[in-house]
This record gives sequence, C-alpha cells and structure tokens, in this order.
Amino acid sequence: MEYTLKEMMTITAAREIKNEDIVFCGTGISMLAAMAAKNINAPESVIFFETGAIDSKLEEIPLAVGDPRVMYHTSANGGLLDSFATMQNAITGKHVVGILGAAQVDRFGNLNSTVIGDYDSPKIRFSGSGGGCDVASFVPRSIIFMQHEKRKFVNKLDYLTSPGYLDGPDGRKNAGLIPGGPEMVITNMGVMRFDDTTKEMYLAACYPGITPQEILEKMEFSVDISRAEEATPPTVEELTLLREKCDHQRLILG
Amino acid sequence: MNLKQDKVMDLTTAVSTYVKDGCHLSIGGFTINRNPMAAVYEIIRQKIKNIHLYAHSNGQGVDELIGGACVSHLEIAYGGNGKFASTCIRFRKAVEQNLIHVEDYTNYQMTLRFLAGAMGIPFLPCRSSLGTDIVNKWGFSEEMRKGSDKLPDAKLTVMDNPFSGWLDTEKVVLVPAIQPDVTIVHVQKADRRGNCRIQGLTFADAEQAKSAKHLIVTCEELCDNEALKTDSDQNQIPFIHVDAVVHVPHGAYPTACYHHYDYDPKYLKAYGQKATDDTTHEAYLEEMVHGCPTHQDLIAKAGPEHIAAIAADPQTGYARNLDRK
Repeated sequence: MEYTLKEMMTITAAREIKNEDIVFCGTGISMLAAMAAKNINAPESVIFFETGAIDSKLEEIPLAVGDPRVMYHTSANGGLLDSFATMQNAITGKHVVGILGAAQVDRFGNLNSTVIGDYDSPKIRFSGSGGGCDVASFVPRSIIFMQHEKRKFVNKLDYLTSPGYLDGPDGRKNAGLIPGGPEMVITNMGVMRFDDTTKEMYLAACYPGITPQEILEKMEFSVDISRAEEATPPTVEELTLLREKCDHQRLILG
Repeated sequence: MNLKQDKVMDLTTAVSTYVKDGCHLSIGGFTINRNPMAAVYEIIRQKIKNIHLYAHSNGQGVDELIGGACVSHLEIAYGGNGKFASTCIRFRKAVEQNLIHVEDYTNYQMTLRFLAGAMGIPFLPCRSSLGTDIVNKWGFSEEMRKGSDKLPDAKLTVMDNPFSGWLDTEKVVLVPAIQPDVTIVHVQKADRRGNCRIQGLTFADAEQAKSAKHLIVTCEELCDNEALKTDSDQNQIPFIHVDAVVHVPHGAYPTACYHHYDYDPKYLKAYGQKATDDTTHEAYLEEMVHGCPTHQDLIAKAGPEHIAAIAADPQTGYARNLDRK
C-alpha cells in the first residue's frame, strides 16, 4: 500500500508508545502520532495536553493544544498547573512520554524553538518554548520530530530552548535536571537514536530507498551510521486505521 | 477590592477605566481558545500604547495587540497559534524588526509567576529550564529592570535546594511573581458582582485573574447574582477579585468558547494571510477593528450563517464537522 512520508513518520512514532504510557503531545504530527498509537497499538495509553486536558476523546483532530476538541469527554479538564504536575508527579511522571518538534537540534538532542541568529536581534523569531522546555526538563522519555535539513541538524544551536542531554552523558545531572532525555529523532528520511554511553545521536534506521549517505548530507554534523537498519514501512492495517480513525479530514496528513 | 453588588459596565468604559498607556496587562485564554478578543479589539480601537504584556501561550490576542501597535514589552512562553500560525505573524515581525522587547519563559514558569502574584509571594521554584538559554539569555536589559519599579531586578535565578537533596533535587530555578495592573479574561458565565464560571479548560485564567490589581471579566452569559451561588463548586473566580463585568456574547470570537462556539477557521486563516504584509494588515485593522465600533458589529459582519456554522454542538462543546481546512 502506498504511503506518504508523513504517514511513515507518524506510524514510526506511534509504534514507540506502549499501553502504560501517558503521552504529552503538541500540535500537528505529534498529536496525530499519539492518536495513532491509541487507535492501533496502545489502546490503553493516555493522551494529555499541557493545557490541562487528560484522556480526551478525540473524535476530530485538534489544530492546537487549546482546541476545544481536547476538552471533550476527558477524565479531568484542569489547567496548566495540573498538566505540569502530572509530568512531575512521583507516580505518573515516570510514565510520561513527550513528543516534541523544533527548528534546530544538535547531536545531544537539545532543541531550539526560539530564534535563528542573535537572541537580542534575531534573523528569525519562532514561537518560543511554550511547554516544550518544561516537558524536556521533566519527563524520562521523549520523541522528537524534525525535517532532515542541514540548517536544522546543527553543530551549535542559536538558542538552547529545551534540554536534551546538554553537553553529554553527565549534562543533565550537572545542570540539576532529572535523568531522561530524548529517545529518538524521527525525520522525513529515517530515525536517529542516542548512544547509551556517549548520549550522542546515531543513525538507527533509514526509510526504504534512502541511504545513510543521503542522510549525512542533510546534517551539519556527522553521526555513526554503522547501526543503521532499514525501517519497516507502515502496514495496511496501520495505514487504514491512521487514515480512517485519526485524521479522516486529512488536516494534518494533507 | 470592589464589593459592589453590580459591576456591569460597557466595554468602552471598562477598557478606558482600567487599561492605560504603559500599563502592565495580562490576558487569559490559550492560542485559539477563550482569548478576550472583544476587549483586545477595544484596546486597539482606543489606541492604547506601550503596554507591558504578560501571556503564557495566547496566540491570537497577543498577535492582534502587537499588530495594533499597543505593545512595547512582552513576557511570554509561546507566540504561536497552533496550525494557523506556527509562529504568530505580527509577533514575529515585531521581534525581528526590534519593535518590542521580549523576555522568554516557559509555560509552566509563566503560570507559576501568575500563581506567585496571586498568592502574594515574591517567587516560586521550579525544575524547568536548568542548563538552557531560558536561564542564560535575558531579553530585558539591567537598566530597564532597575529603572522600573514594576519589574524585578532579575529575570530568574538558580539556587541550590535549601532542603539539601530533598525529593532528589539539587537545584531549582526561582521565577519572580507577576502582579499586572490589569488582567482581562473571557468566561462563559458571570454574575453582576463578578463571580465567574468557566466551562472546559481553565488554562491559567484563575491565576492570572487573581494576580492582577484590577480584573475585567467579559462574559457570554450575564447571570443574576443568585444564579451562580448554586453549584458554586463550578465557579473559579469569586467576585472579590473583579472590578468590571461586561456582557459580550461572542466575546472570544474569532477564538473559541467551549460549549458556545468554535474558533473561526476562515477568519483566522484570512487574518494569517493579511497579517503577513504591512499594507494588507493595515487594511485589515481599518476594516475589521476600527471599522467595527463594537464587537457586535464584527459578529454582524461575519454574518448569521457563518456564525451559525461555528455554533457548538451541545454534546461535544465544539462545532462538529466544521470545515477547518
């Protein structure tokens, strides 16, 4: 069955979500991945939003985390303080998986979603942290969505908005953050993961038809490609459920 | 504190009484939901300038106030509007052209800052942003901070956990309280004294409301003073915090108001297109803001058919099958 790169990315993320996970999602593809997991492989996972909604019944895809669609048929409609407490709570916090996106990522999975250029006089201004830095600071696991482009996989971020592993294996500990950090970066070309020891990004999988070399050409820094496998494309069942149950209006899938 | 039994006034009076040039303002809501848009448009029409604005993630309201040239300083976590604008357009332009001063925090930090303001304590600790540029890079200059008695001397500060290692915590970030001159929130129901009932997510509205010296409430439904005293566990803001109550049906339009109406995708999309260019944005302001002396004129301009299309379905609270492409 034919599929788009967006569908490949969504399903790749959804497969990482397990039944006991509490999934924090942002706008767009991250929300779609959480919905896909719930409809396909992790029906008991729980979706929540930084705006304070938990376990929403998403009959239509929200276009923002403040969309009224996140408020329907929830277990609780609270506020921002509630959602950030869920991420830090001694019991629930351990189960939270964050799904994030950004304008730039570095080899240690740190993210920039604030500016390109000088902070005081930026060339390009982006939205800023929102709850991104909070999630990246608080939760044990996160998944990052990126487009594979040289200007996005950079040696040095113009602004470090959300912490990955900071400067390496001891970065989070030295800074005073909880352990955790990003688990993977899912792009339009493949999947990057982080080495257990060095916490540096490596190429874990290429999408069918894409070579490791092509991926390296889209990055400012080089990564280990020796562990790269071919990614498993979405199955007919996955695609059908994604298209029919998650985004039948194709608002995110396009 | 205002204990009057009846604080109902019109929007023009409420805004001109409490929102002044150079005042520190916060607005409630979140991206495309329950922004106090009627009040935002009234502030633009009254040409109030040099506002120091506080928000966590107010997309549309913040962007329109910046576009209306009302804002000189902004403390914010997120200047985006979901799928309608991954970065708010006038916000982005204003920052790139150095027209406004910005200080970046996170959503949790902004919420804690409002809570601290509401509680009357100088700061609250958190474990967010350690090791990041939220801590390392500051937008407001030291002179600016020292020169204003409404601003703390520092953006934030990192300290060792004074309860050495308690809850496995070595370091915390302290973020300073916010006490705006005025907060404006839009709610589903308010009574004439100002008791408020919000349906759906409250975001940080209650914290923002209680942190301010003055509070303007705009509401979909204006209730008698007895009505909200029943089931008052559903009320979030008691009247003791409120200075002005303004009855503005569709007061959050074009953003959503749960169980009343959805956001208006057509309006938000058209705004996004017009806001990208200074000339078309100027024409937008003339037509949709200055050209509509009251919010009801804007609703009339949208037309009854269009307004009916975004009406909330009673079961889900939003407009089912609304064309959102």
